[in-house]
Amino acid sequence: MAQTVNRTGVLIEIENHQVKETSLGVLTAAAGQEIYALVPLDDASGLKEKLAEYGVDHIVSIKGVEDDKISPDLLARILVTAVKEYGLDALLGTAGAAGKDLFARIGAILDEPLLSDCVQVDIPGKKAVKSHFSGKTFATLRVTGILFLCTVRPNAIEAVTAPAEGQLMTFESDAQDPGWMKIVELKKESGGKRDLIEAPIVISGGRALKTARNFEMLDACADKLGGAVGASRAAVDAGYAPHTIQVGQTGKTVSPRLYIACGISGAVQHFAGMKTSKVIVAINEDKDAPIFSKCDYGIVGNIFDVVPALTQKL
Amino acid sequence: MKIFVCVKHVPDTANNITVAGEDAYDDSDVKFIINPYDEYALEEAVSIVEEKGGEVVVIVVGKDAASTTIRSALAMGVDRAIHIKTDSQFLDSSLTAKALKAAMDEDGFGDLIFTGKGSVDTEGFQTPYRLAHALGVPVVNDVSDVSLEDDRVRVTSEIGCGAKQVVEMNSPCVIGVTKGLNEPRYPKVMQVMKAKKKEIKEIVLSDLGIDVDEGKIFMEKLVLVPERSGAKLLEGSVDDQVTELVRVLKEDEKVL
Ligand SMILES: Cc1cc2nc3c(=O)[nH]c(=O)nc-3n(C[C@H](O)[C@H](O)[C@H](O)COP(=O)(O)OP(=O)(O)OC[C@H]3O[C@@H](n4cnc5c(N)ncnc54)[C@H](O)[C@@H]3O)c2cc1C
Repeated sequence: MAQTVNRTGVLIEIENHQVKETSLGVLTAAAGQEIYALVPLDDASGLKEKLAEYGVDHIVSIKGVEDDKISPDLLARILVTAVKEYGLDALLGTAGAAGKDLFARIGAILDEPLLSDCVQVDIPGKKAVKSHFSGKTFATLRVTGILFLCTVRPNAIEAVTAPAEGQLMTFESDAQDPGWMKIVELKKESGGKRDLIEAPIVISGGRALKTARNFEMLDACADKLGGAVGASRAAVDAGYAPHTIQVGQTGKTVSPRLYIACGISGAVQHFAGMKTSKVIVAINEDKDAPIFSKCDYGIVGNIFDVVPALTQKL
Repeated sequence: MKIFVCVKHVPDTANNITVAGEDAYDDSDVKFIINPYDEYALEEAVSIVEEKGGEVVVIVVGKDAASTTIRSALAMGVDRAIHIKTDSQFLDSSLTAKALKAAMDEDGFGDLIFTGKGSVDTEGFQTPYRLAHALGVPVVNDVSDVSLEDDRVRVTSEIGCGAKQVVEMNSPCVIGVTKGLNEPRYPKVMQVMKAKKKEIKEIVLSDLGIDVDEGKIFMEKLVLVPERSGAKLLEGSVDDQVTELVRVLKEDEKVL
């Protein structure tokens, strides 16, 4: 029996005029469906080749949403009208800060269930697998409802090419901003840095770093790795690193292909935020540190010797 | 000023989770706590009311056992509590939001509503949004700074890449909070004693007209994330160790 093909919208995220890597993984999560790439640009024609290569049947330029201070409530309402316009059965996005926020707004407006931060997606089955209990378990959840809404954890699904036609079209919405909130300022203090959640490689520092200054040692290594820097809660609470880069239960959940923990003991609450990484490496001077019993590779040694040596080798 | 704080009773993250059967976990031996993000919400509400006057009302949707979490919230300085009782902890945040809204309608207008940015058990990160939509008010989540200006509220929230946005919105509104906002207080013995005398109003979920069978999310399977069996320790001098590490990551694991 032929499986029904679902009309699936994928919200594409853009960075420096290019499709973000993480959005390509989301397209792969929708493979096999009739894919509508919803692109928040007045003219998405420059992305045609890339999107078609990753399986997009229809490329929809969404007009009038390029303003980076656009109200998320307006953007959500615009996407709701796009869902109706194209008769979409499913809508997928990236579970980064922006995607999680936007999809939760869409789910609320439509009163449809949303599966957030998923690592596996089955669109025809209306199912997905996601973390429960701070990364300790994976739950397979099935939803009823009309529109299947889902955000995909960055890096969880590897992008695979699947050439399709990538027919261009444009969409202009008549949705109105409820006008009850306004973004008055964007603070991009650490601008230009790689997003921690989306980074393919993360190197994190713990209490052992001792000063904020010493985090520069990790920055240098991250630059070589093409990755981002994270921190344990102990390092954040001691003021060595900002809370925005805390990994763990009360910080970010990351799932990079490589996670390197430097001077981190390996508390459950830290693992809650990085347990699903593909490969975990620990560097710790204490050979009995709990982290060594829960990771893939370990170096017993002083981070102030090992990290610079590693940076050199890369 | 009247502030509602919505709080969830969740398994302590230091616990191990035991899966029971195909699709459930065994909570009989598990210690439960206030959802960690909700502590920031409680602290913020209590300190606003300490400064400006008014009352803080905590609302918890949960089983009987959630009363321990309610007492902890009361000990932090919350004035009174509403416990919406359920037999089971359901998955669909749409039901939670409907229950919270119904209880708020019954209790009377709130000037502000605080929640944690998400709960550490089901990790859905949606209740603040669904609640705000049901109430017809704006919402910002992931908030690490709040300031009140007459009938406007100014909040700072994270938008990825370590960048933040400052948002102004009308009040009432829903604010989902995260770490960095404040330092939650530890209740003193006196406050714990006092909390025992504070009012907890109990409402049965079905009396709010909410039918759990209307939930749209179903658990099919729950499995433990496999534990790694222990690190392969790299040997030799620092130079040998990092050389071997880079080789392994490139050639064996193919992650570099
Ligand atoms: C409700 C709750 C939520 C929490 N949320 C989080 C969270 O989100 N994220 C998080 O990380 N934690 C969280 N924690 C805290 C967690 O339990 C640990 O306390 C914390 O992770 C410890 O951080 P650490 O490993 O950096 O520090 P420590 O446990 O102090 O470990 C430091 C390690 O560095 C090693 N070391 C020291 N010097 C050197 C050196 N020169 N070279 C090499 N190794 C060295 C030591 O051997 C030690 O193993 C939470 C706790 C609670 C109760």
